[in-house]
Amino acid sequence: MTAIIDYGMGNLGSIKNMLKKIGYASEITADPDLIRKAERLILPGVGAFDKAMTNLEDLQLIQLIKEKAIGGTPLLGICLGMQLLSEGSEEGVLPGLGLIPGRVKKFVLPAGYKVPHMGWNTVDYQRESLLYANFGIFEEARFYFVHSYHFVCSEEQDASGLTEYAQIFTSSVEKGGVYGVQFHPEKSHKFGMQMLRNFIELVPC
Amino acid sequence: MLRTRVIPVLLLRNKGLVKTVRFDKSKYIGDPINAVRLFNDKEVDELVFLDIDASVENRKPDFELIKNIASECFMPLGYGGGITSFEDIARLFAIGVEKVIINSTALLSLDLITQASEVYGDQSIVLCVDVQKNIWGKYQVYSRKKAKHSRNDLITYIREAQDAGAGEIIINSVDHDGMMQGYDLGLIQKVVAATRVPVVACGGAGSLVDLQKAVLAGASGVAAGSLFIYHGPHKAVLINYPTQNELKQLFA
Repeated sequence: MTAIIDYGMGNLGSIKNMLKKIGYASEITADPDLIRKAERLILPGVGAFDKAMTNLEDLQLIQLIKEKAIGGTPLLGICLGMQLLSEGSEEGVLPGLGLIPGRVKKFVLPAGYKVPHMGWNTVDYQRESLLYANFGIFEEARFYFVHSYHFVCSEEQDASGLTEYAQIFTSSVEKGGVYGVQFHPEKSHKFGMQMLRNFIELVPC
Repeated sequence: MLRTRVIPVLLLRNKGLVKTVRFDKSKYIGDPINAVRLFNDKEVDELVFLDIDASVENRKPDFELIKNIASECFMPLGYGGGITSFEDIARLFAIGVEKVIINSTALLSLDLITQASEVYGDQSIVLCVDVQKNIWGKYQVYSRKKAKHSRNDLITYIREAQDAGAGEIIINSVDHDGMMQGYDLGLIQKVVAATRVPVVACGGAGSLVDLQKAVLAGASGVAAGSLFIYHGPHKAVLINYPTQNELKQLFA
């Protein structure tokens, strides 16, 4: 079972809807027992970094998520959920989960570029990744983004995808079984469906 | 490269879809769920649904219908119509809406925009402004609920809404609605010049070139109803949307 971690940060129904569409059951939950038993974890989220970490703390999920991830349970962070994998963010003062070395920074862009970076954009794959395996079937994959902050990896090899918006930034990260995507696969048509399918079918758990 | 967002706007009335001309002459188009499926197949960038009667009738959003729409929507979904409280907004996000669109309620007070954007972030709270020229040619904010011009000054209102936490502005021209003769480009320029958040142009698109013109006028996104609903000189109902290659060439 795939657990979609519910910690009060944004729209979780659409992830469940897409998983259902591709034929996989999932559970939207904050229950530590269910999360402990889950074969895979999805950490979604929209909103502020500190609020997210505070909510995870209040639900006593921080240690559990870390243990599961370090123990080899595949974890996919989406949008803010990706940023929480870092060591911390300019947006707040609280430490992140620290599963992928790096920090989250605010976009500083030239005049004419609006923040948030909102809309459809492409990803340059930087390494072999199970998430993007078989993406060769698409002429050009594109994903829906909405964010004002971006992940800056300390280790180059952890950045699995790069995207351009006035500057090049890291749009997906990966270390062991821990994955993060800045965009919203659940709102990215067949491209997002393929990615979620890859996460469930190809990433060993 | 970030693509320009091209957004079909669908109007809800009595659980069906309609299309209007200058906010009048509503014509039945079809079933909303069926339309969502067709737009899914066409891989549209984003979809907006507006319930055009909810505020007029002092009615809540039809949450059941929106839930059904959201469950079929594999692209970002915006919803507007009858949103008057924080609870309405929380419920819409819970059922899978990405962006809530506030119009009538904001004409009275911007408090709801502030309250919601503090919790859900500016990017998910959209202000929709209906604009109509008065007989002296001055742009006026139009209230569909009251069927008359509101006293809010257009630019002051938009700036205040932006400061209150609206992360995006849909600017809808009443005069151009359903005419398919092009957007009000002067209006777009005026609004874009006065704002820092993305502006989505709506009202009047009749061809792909019209979309291009709105982007050149400064719009971050372009929305249309008739263009994606009608086909041919006799306006036969046919859900349509440009291909990715057409869009790439258009905005290159």
